[in-house]
Amino acid sequence: MAYVPLADQDHEHELHDPHTFITKYVWSQDHKVIAIQYGGTAILVGLVALGLSVMMRLQLGFPDTFSLIDPSSYYQAVTMHGMIMVVYLLTALFLGGFGNYLIPLMCGARDMVFPFLNMLSFWFYLLSVLILLSSFFVTGGPTGAGWTLYPPQTITPGTPGHETGILLMLISLGVFIVAFTMGGLNYVTTVLQARSRGLTMMRLPLSVWGILTATVLGLFAFPALLVSAIMMTFDLMLGTSFFMPAIMAAGEQLDYNGGSPILFQHLFWFFGHPEVYIVALPAFGLVSDVLSTHARKNIFGYRMMVWAIVAIGGLSFVVWAHHMYVSGMNPYFGFFFATTTLIIAVPTALKVYNWVLTLWEGDIRLNTPMLFAIGFIFTFIHGGLTGLFLGNVVIDLPLSDTYFVVAHFHMVMGVSPVLVVFAALYHWYPKMTGKMMNETLGKLHFWCTFLGTYAIYLPMHYLGFLGVPRRYYAMGSTDFIPESAQALNANITLAALFVATAQVLFFINVFWSLKNGKPSGGNPWGATTLEWQTPDTPPKHGNWGKDLPVVHRWAYDYSVPGYPQDFIPQNVAGDFGVSDDHDHDDAPAKHA
Amino acid sequence: MSFYKQVTSKPWEYQAPVPGSGPETVFGSESEKIALTLFLVVVSVIFSLLTVTYYLRMDIGDWVPLSDPSMLWFNTGLLVVSSILFQYSRTKAQGEENVSSIKLAFFVGGVCAVLFVGGQLFVWQQLASNGLGVGSNPSSAFFYLLTGMHGLHLVGGLWVWSKTSLRLFGSTDVGDSRLSIELCTTYWHFLLVLWVLLFAVLANT
Amino acid sequence: MAIAVVLVLLVVGSVVFHFASPWWFTPLASNWGTIDFTINLTFWVTGAVFVAVNLFMAYCVYRFRHKAGHKAVYEPENAKLEIGLSAVTAVGVIAMLAPGLFVWATFVTVPEEATEYEVVGQQWQWSFRYPGNDGVLGTVDTRHISEANPFGINPEDPNGQDDILVKDPEMYLPVGKPVKALLRSKDVLHNYTVPQFRVKMDLVPGMVTYLWFTPTVVGSYDILCEELCGIGHHVMRGKVVVAEQADYDAWLSRQPTYAQLAGMSAPNAAAGQQQYAVCASCHGQQGEGNPALNAPKLNGLQSWYIERQLKYYQQGVRGAHPDDVYGRQMAPMASMLSTDEAVRNVAAYISQLPVTDAPATVSGNAANGMSIYNANCAACHGKDGKGSWATDAPNLVGMSDWYAYTQLNNFKAEIRGAHSDDDYGEQMVSMATAMRNEEQLNDVLSYINSLQ
Repeated sequence: MAYVPLADQDHEHELHDPHTFITKYVWSQDHKVIAIQYGGTAILVGLVALGLSVMMRLQLGFPDTFSLIDPSSYYQAVTMHGMIMVVYLLTALFLGGFGNYLIPLMCGARDMVFPFLNMLSFWFYLLSVLILLSSFFVTGGPTGAGWTLYPPQTITPGTPGHETGILLMLISLGVFIVAFTMGGLNYVTTVLQARSRGLTMMRLPLSVWGILTATVLGLFAFPALLVSAIMMTFDLMLGTSFFMPAIMAAGEQLDYNGGSPILFQHLFWFFGHPEVYIVALPAFGLVSDVLSTHARKNIFGYRMMVWAIVAIGGLSFVVWAHHMYVSGMNPYFGFFFATTTLIIAVPTALKVYNWVLTLWEGDIRLNTPMLFAIGFIFTFIHGGLTGLFLGNVVIDLPLSDTYFVVAHFHMVMGVSPVLVVFAALYHWYPKMTGKMMNETLGKLHFWCTFLGTYAIYLPMHYLGFLGVPRRYYAMGSTDFIPESAQALNANITLAALFVATAQVLFFINVFWSLKNGKPSGGNPWGATTLEWQTPDTPPKHGNWGKDLPVVHRWAYDYSVPGYPQDFIPQNVAGDFGVSDDHDHDDAPAKHA
Repeated sequence: MSFYKQVTSKPWEYQAPVPGSGPETVFGSESEKIALTLFLVVVSVIFSLLTVTYYLRMDIGDWVPLSDPSMLWFNTGLLVVSSILFQYSRTKAQGEENVSSIKLAFFVGGVCAVLFVGGQLFVWQQLASNGLGVGSNPSSAFFYLLTGMHGLHLVGGLWVWSKTSLRLFGSTDVGDSRLSIELCTTYWHFLLVLWVLLFAVLANT
Repeated sequence: MAIAVVLVLLVVGSVVFHFASPWWFTPLASNWGTIDFTINLTFWVTGAVFVAVNLFMAYCVYRFRHKAGHKAVYEPENAKLEIGLSAVTAVGVIAMLAPGLFVWATFVTVPEEATEYEVVGQQWQWSFRYPGNDGVLGTVDTRHISEANPFGINPEDPNGQDDILVKDPEMYLPVGKPVKALLRSKDVLHNYTVPQFRVKMDLVPGMVTYLWFTPTVVGSYDILCEELCGIGHHVMRGKVVVAEQADYDAWLSRQPTYAQLAGMSAPNAAAGQQQYAVCASCHGQQGEGNPALNAPKLNGLQSWYIERQLKYYQQGVRGAHPDDVYGRQMAPMASMLSTDEAVRNVAAYISQLPVTDAPATVSGNAANGMSIYNANCAACHGKDGKGSWATDAPNLVGMSDWYAYTQLNNFKAEIRGAHSDDDYGEQMVSMATAMRNEEQLNDVLSYINSLQ
């Protein structure tokens, strides 16, 4: 084919040129630097959200004790915590961070196909984060409407931050979506167009499949959020009535008429449900690669894993109204959405089975990334199963809007993806830095995080069964909540404080290892995928030196019978397959 | 290999490497075109959602149909001419026969689009002076919203157009700009079709 | 290795926690036993999967952990096994979904004999409407809502005239009869939840939603709002009393109809003036208050607020707490007003007294007070502090700050507002905690002093 993608055009002369500090680390167009910029920003803003959750937990565990928190700031913390964690941390970290770092490396490309657009994507993302954070410093503070931003409440005077905070939130989301679209087009085009020779789609590591599918979901889902944000901005600033019916506020008739709040909810969840999978699918992909590498075994049922990712992605667009069973929408929708929702359980369960079966007859190395990956399977099973409660429409009647929901989604899209984030960071850190992380600290970090989070969320489900409502600043007096529930809440708060504090271990490890970690070499885990086969570690600008790698096999040739090593990198030529009608004379090309 | 065969193949089975030197691609065309197509899909999703919302909101009962200004027909004509001129420059650019006619067609095509945007703004002004502001009625709110969103996309395209025009007039051949012209043309056709559909929706409700 | 042991322990621990947990569904008080059945069924199915998969994983980790010389088995896939597992999963899913859909079908089909009542939500109060003798609820519209017509009932609609209005967060239902709740909101989304009934549904402004159930157990249950509705979301409470038919009928007959309320004669301020003579001895001729006698300023207060407080004193809702020293003095005084009519008249008289100045006695940082006030108090009392009939929040501007100080402390200490019949006092118990300490309290009061 005559066409040569941008990344491969004659950059050679400048690939190894010295750069100034600014072009190398600030206005960089290198996907690896952008990945670290994206990831670093996401983690920093995530720490803000973690701080907010500590604030909430202090109030819930020890009501009315801490003077930083009043009803108004509590609801603001609830809102900002949710929005930051879901959009600005997890989406940005998985796609902007891991997507940027791994796609070109795993695909054997020199960079994304549009490096300039990639850089622009990061700067827009940073701008959206700054706009969001600026709402903490305006009159009235950030919005306290809940991350779902349901109108009419979002823009009426009874809600904290209705003055300016909500507008900043809507603008920030708009900018974020622009940033995401620029990045997303890049990721998809790169995977489709810039894979190195021999790397067919079905030879891709599952990480790439997960990130690719999630990006496609994002490209389809974020428009719904954009549309609802724009229409809400119209209602807020221009007095239209898209979502605003005739209502009262503090005894006054507001000048709205005829709008439909439920319309907003449909738009929001048309984005919001796929968003869950935008976070989950990259996690599914990354954890598959971590499990396979450290179990020294191919991922079990690769093809079904790929199809399951795609099937889950597709189905995620027809289940959105399961968030709205008690919203007052036409109740007959409940039949359809309960059915589609529970159908998703089948491919999802298959993924879990295949992860566990990957361990079966493996040769499991229980190092830090593997511990996090196993921890993920446990928490994901737990969160997935409680999803079967909430997806089944009648069970949602008593449980919706209680702590059961909070516990469920924190297990399934809070703890689980975060455990994968850590698994992935411990796993790929040697590639990013050339240093190994400290195992002792890493394992300690794992035990604190894994056990601590379970201590937070297991009991929380039971508060939900009891009927304790979510998003309550204080429970006040009721006749059905026993005193013991408060004691339980206090314990949950202690566990949460413990987990939050334990994250210091991770940051110590990251910075300590940067300086003092053992040199890792290019492929410390003995992994097969391309990113571990780069000539330099960390990879230089352009990734591959003079020649792009040529791929001869799929991503999971671990413990191939008859082959001396227990892994065969993807770029090693020759057939060493289990089919015994080939001779094994080709000596494996020893790889640096 | 067909797509079905590819996704059902057993990747762990050995296959002799496929000869060739370039990268593996799913689609045999420039990445820019793939990215633009993807982007157009995203834009289609945005406008589909807006249209669905439009019809749902229309059913609520306080809808007062808008009588569409006849000026819109004129604007539509401008956009059609714009699209035709872009197509002309694109076709010519394949053969590179007459550089100055390519430049002229491309430039005038863009100017027509600028006039279209101006015309839309004029329609806004007309409506506003007839007392139909954004907040007057859901139908007028949607009118401003839909035309505004469409116009913004066109303005985005005009930014690329202006960059390409500058480059085109600064050089003696089309070489560098052929891809940009193709991309602009595709984008323009898309926005024309989009506008015709929106106009049909706005005019019939 | 450790992880295998921990996984087993976590599985065992979760099961033990489940059976030992005192936190479980409240006892059912409605016909929705079928929902509980579906939950239990789901619990056993998912519980079994949870235990089985995790124990299997723990076994794998233990059995196949790295040992020198050991090599993993190469097995790309096993289509039969994967399809088989998916099929088993699908059967499990159907087993949970099918009963769920049947129960949902009964939930969406309201029985013919169900009687209707209406739940009206607003920030942050519940009120209720029952069809009168004609059994039909009159039409309503947000545009009709005013101080005199808080339900927004269409005055032209004959069906609405005998509608029974309960502008009070306590409602009654007869036991054993199916009822259909029609849900309506005046402002934002709310959610009508009674945990013991199991069912809940959002109230959506601009439309009427519904749910149905049959209360089966006599008793009193909390109504909670379970859709975030602004800053007072957590204090939007009510009560539903499930009573025998006779008690229910008696309660219902005590509630006013729309026509009665609309036809009520205006209070007689002149008559109130005579009654006020007793009050004047402490509160002053002009209602200007007297700090020496611990009597707060009264002029400037709205009549509905004075009326409600006088009734609370009479009913022992307020001024009965042993630590409420001055409240206990007020209670017998309030009881001297023998009829509701007298209460209305006095309240009307006080509310039209000329407004006098109250000297400021507290000092604090008004700027800090403003940020606390605007964030937490303004939602009900208004940015201007003048209060509103809509939120039942009294005027705060120009009132005795020393009195507000005492009352806020009383709310925080649950000396005032904790009584179950103090409809909106409980909201203040919670909201007063926004002022965490003495200093913040003084800041807010000095900000209120600065309001005009």
